[in-house]
Amino acid sequence: MTDSRVNSGAPRHVIEFLIREKDFLSAGESASKTKKALQQLGLKAEVAKNSAIIVYEAAMNVVIHAISGKLRVVIVPEEVSIVAEDVGPGIPDIELAMQEGYSTAPHEVREMGFGAGMGLANIEHCSDELNIKSEPGVGTVLEARIRLKQKGDVS
Amino acid sequence: MTLRDIRDILDADVLCGEQSLDREVKTGFACDLISEMLAFASSGTLLITSLKNPHVIHTAEVMDAVGVVFVGGKKPNLSTMKQAGNSRIPLLATDLLIFKACGLLFQHGVQGAKRDSLQ
Repeated sequence: MTDSRVNSGAPRHVIEFLIREKDFLSAGESASKTKKALQQLGLKAEVAKNSAIIVYEAAMNVVIHAISGKLRVVIVPEEVSIVAEDVGPGIPDIELAMQEGYSTAPHEVREMGFGAGMGLANIEHCSDELNIKSEPGVGTVLEARIRLKQKGDVS
Repeated sequence: MTLRDIRDILDADVLCGEQSLDREVKTGFACDLISEMLAFASSGTLLITSLKNPHVIHTAEVMDAVGVVFVGGKKPNLSTMKQAGNSRIPLLATDLLIFKACGLLFQHGVQGAKRDSLQ
């Protein structure tokens, strides 16, 4: 699903994933695909890994809490941006949700090894910039960015 | 320390990745929480877990784990093993429970993974 376009002379790669409620496996598959795609584009292993972790956690949040969502990974020479947009209950208190250990995940999710309340904290640690906008009863938009300014981030 | 050494120490079965047993194990990390695995993600880490769902394989792939050891006699199903084979993640299974498996590996010099990505 990689769509490569030329935009003002600079290469732009877009990877998109549709995430549905309770489709747990799609989260891991999206993460694996993201890592492979970024490695193929020649990005540093650390960037590919952090991007994949962000995709995994963001997609799991959609799978666990929302009705449906869309995940888009955009790679330009300056940065990798990951946007997860969902239709769902939203996050009433983002600051509280960011705290490690805070979780509202149901029992079945915890049995699978998720729902430890570390997802948003993990995303924050893997990204250079994180913005979350949420409207209760409508949905959430999460945007994480990894900057690629260092030489060697892209070969 | 290689995966072959790990197999011998834990008297483990090799479920897949027989050809990759010469891979070097740098550190070990044991847990049953996916997010914690992702938080500790570092390449060359051996993942020790009793979770046997397909997420463990995706996680091992994302974190560049050197391999996965399932403890307590747990084994993933065939499709999960196939997925691991495609992702080139060697899988080992031991009847030892998690405490003893980790204790034996520590005794043989395997150090714990550090929490570098979260601090």
